[in-house]
Amino acid sequence: MGNFLQYTLQGLAAGGFYALAALGLAIIFGVLGVVNFSHGACYMLGAVASAVLLAEFNLGFWPALLIVPILLFVFGVLMERLLVRWLLPLDPLYNFLLTFGLTLLLVDLVKKKYGVSGLPYEIPAGLDGRIGTGDISLSVYQLFACLFSLAVCLGVWALLTKTRIGMIVRAATEDADRTSALGINVRRWVTPVFGFGIALAGLAGVLRAPNGAITPEMGGSFIIILFAVVVIGGLGSILGAVVAGFLVGLVEAYGQAYAPAYAQIVIFILMALVILVRPAGLFGREEAA
Amino acid sequence: MRRRHLTAIALTSSASLALAACGGGAGGPQAGGSSKLTDDKIVIGLINDQSGVYKDVSGPNSGIAIQMAIDDYKAKYGDKAVAKTIELVQADHQNKPDVANTKSQEMYDRQNADVILDVPNSAAAIAIATQAKNKKKLYINISAGSTTLSGENCNKYMFHYAYDTAMLAKVSAKGIVDAGSKSWNIVYPDYAFGQDMNKSFAAEVKANGGTVGQSIATPFPSDNFATFITKAGEGNPQVVASMHAGGDLINFVKQFNQSALKGKTQLAVGLMFITDIHALGVEQFAGTQFTDAWYWNFDDQNRQWADKFKAKANVRPSFANAANYSAAMQYLEAVQETGTDNADEIVKNLEGKKINDMFVRNGEIRKADHKVIKDAYLAKVKTKDQVKEEWDLEQIVTTVPAAQAYGEPQASCKMGG
Repeated sequence: MGNFLQYTLQGLAAGGFYALAALGLAIIFGVLGVVNFSHGACYMLGAVASAVLLAEFNLGFWPALLIVPILLFVFGVLMERLLVRWLLPLDPLYNFLLTFGLTLLLVDLVKKKYGVSGLPYEIPAGLDGRIGTGDISLSVYQLFACLFSLAVCLGVWALLTKTRIGMIVRAATEDADRTSALGINVRRWVTPVFGFGIALAGLAGVLRAPNGAITPEMGGSFIIILFAVVVIGGLGSILGAVVAGFLVGLVEAYGQAYAPAYAQIVIFILMALVILVRPAGLFGREEAA
Repeated sequence: MRRRHLTAIALTSSASLALAACGGGAGGPQAGGSSKLTDDKIVIGLINDQSGVYKDVSGPNSGIAIQMAIDDYKAKYGDKAVAKTIELVQADHQNKPDVANTKSQEMYDRQNADVILDVPNSAAAIAIATQAKNKKKLYINISAGSTTLSGENCNKYMFHYAYDTAMLAKVSAKGIVDAGSKSWNIVYPDYAFGQDMNKSFAAEVKANGGTVGQSIATPFPSDNFATFITKAGEGNPQVVASMHAGGDLINFVKQFNQSALKGKTQLAVGLMFITDIHALGVEQFAGTQFTDAWYWNFDDQNRQWADKFKAKANVRPSFANAANYSAAMQYLEAVQETGTDNADEIVKNLEGKKINDMFVRNGEIRKADHKVIKDAYLAKVKTKDQVKEEWDLEQIVTTVPAAQAYGEPQASCKMGG
């Protein structure tokens, strides 16, 4: 029983992080209808940027938590203005292919500059060690990453549901034409929302840096899990991303514990089951366009 | 409907991403120049990963090492050199066995390569071994570790240099069990290399009087090892051994260091390269024991060579770099002794030869399975205050003599003609 509780705790801790990492993907999809394939690459850029900030500018984890999302926001804004925007009127496949190409480009550029072996990064002081007793314990850092992720998810949710900006963005998602007919400049909001989604990917990268490998390839396997999270939760749904994040974290932890070799497959079995029962995902809405 | 449509796209994207992830990075071939070769030239081919995850382990730096061997050979024999013109051609196999296969054919047929060196990734190595056999040209494997290369996939024209999974297990398991850590749990990635390593390690731990409580397979690749590590700690083993490589190894070690096992259980790593330690920093690995085939700062002879290497490559050499130098040098020496580049003559010259050079200490090229056996080393990662200069990362715990470091030739190897 002690072990089961421990696995559950680890699953929940991982889940919080998955929720944050998938959040940007869900928002960008919800507002722009873009399946951002480069989310994994932007997550990688976030982690690499933290390592570079530390090595070149001696700026540690805490400043990185603020600086990196800002850098990625700017990157996202440029990406939307220069590239994504032009393909928005076309079939969504075009932006999917664009962001896929961008992923290859970004990964190879980072490889060229920083090599393939990975960059060093340590746990920030104060967040090392473990809390808990006996069989049930969690690393302080894991707990921090989970709680921090949850706080960000909550903040984003409040921003979208409780503020005027959120209302406009949501209205634009529902019906862009009618919203602009009411005198609101919808396009003005598209760019910052895209940048914001990319910034969230970068933030997830910073959170990952202390307890994972920082390599150009790190986003490759990770984005597969993120796609599973957003599909399970319902594309575009923030609550869905959070709930599915925890669900995937738990399923993965139990998989690792009770069927180790199938730990990743169980995530996709879950995804397949969810889509069979609810094609739009747990919290997605099926609507006629 | 739009959302349904896009759900489908997201699914497709997951699938194509999986494909992309398997495919590895992009990167063009880097074959060297036009080679209009005649028989009075020696052409050495190098095929390895020049752009992907194994780039730093061997990659273009092994090209530099081979060029050093060519220069040293010319300097040594001067006018008396049999091979007056020696060319080095290189290709990037992008970690794809089919690319390796095509590149090796191109090298043997069009670029007239006399020998191909290196080739990390056992599947790629097996493909090239088959080409070598069919074309009766030489292939010296260095970076691929599968024991099948000197077992069921062995052939007359291939030699296996440096290391294999059995050697890693023999040196590490014996060294660690002998030091008193007898109860083990093993965690390994669930693909050919990991399964091979798990089998070899479990067998060696038991052979030396230790016990293996559980062997845990993990999906490959994996980002989150937290629960695997908790599971590996069950039964309170003295040693948890990770058989992962590259990014997975870094993930595992970082997460192990944050786990409840840190400080309580000893971490052993199946295969690790100096570039891994350098990339992650000694703090994360400090105290970890592993098998090394060669270490640049082991003695003066190694260090002198490493200094020359650093002047050209700007980094310290990995064992794969040193092994490529040694293999190229031994090949050129054989050409010098036989006066020909005829593969059958060279094989005859190399078989059973005792060698002793910068890389191969107290070595022998075994006739039975063409494995090049040599002294091997049980190494320990230094702590931060022990490190005196960049790349000064390892401390050699014991030197294991060649005869004990490698398994006996396997019965499954039928050398033939």
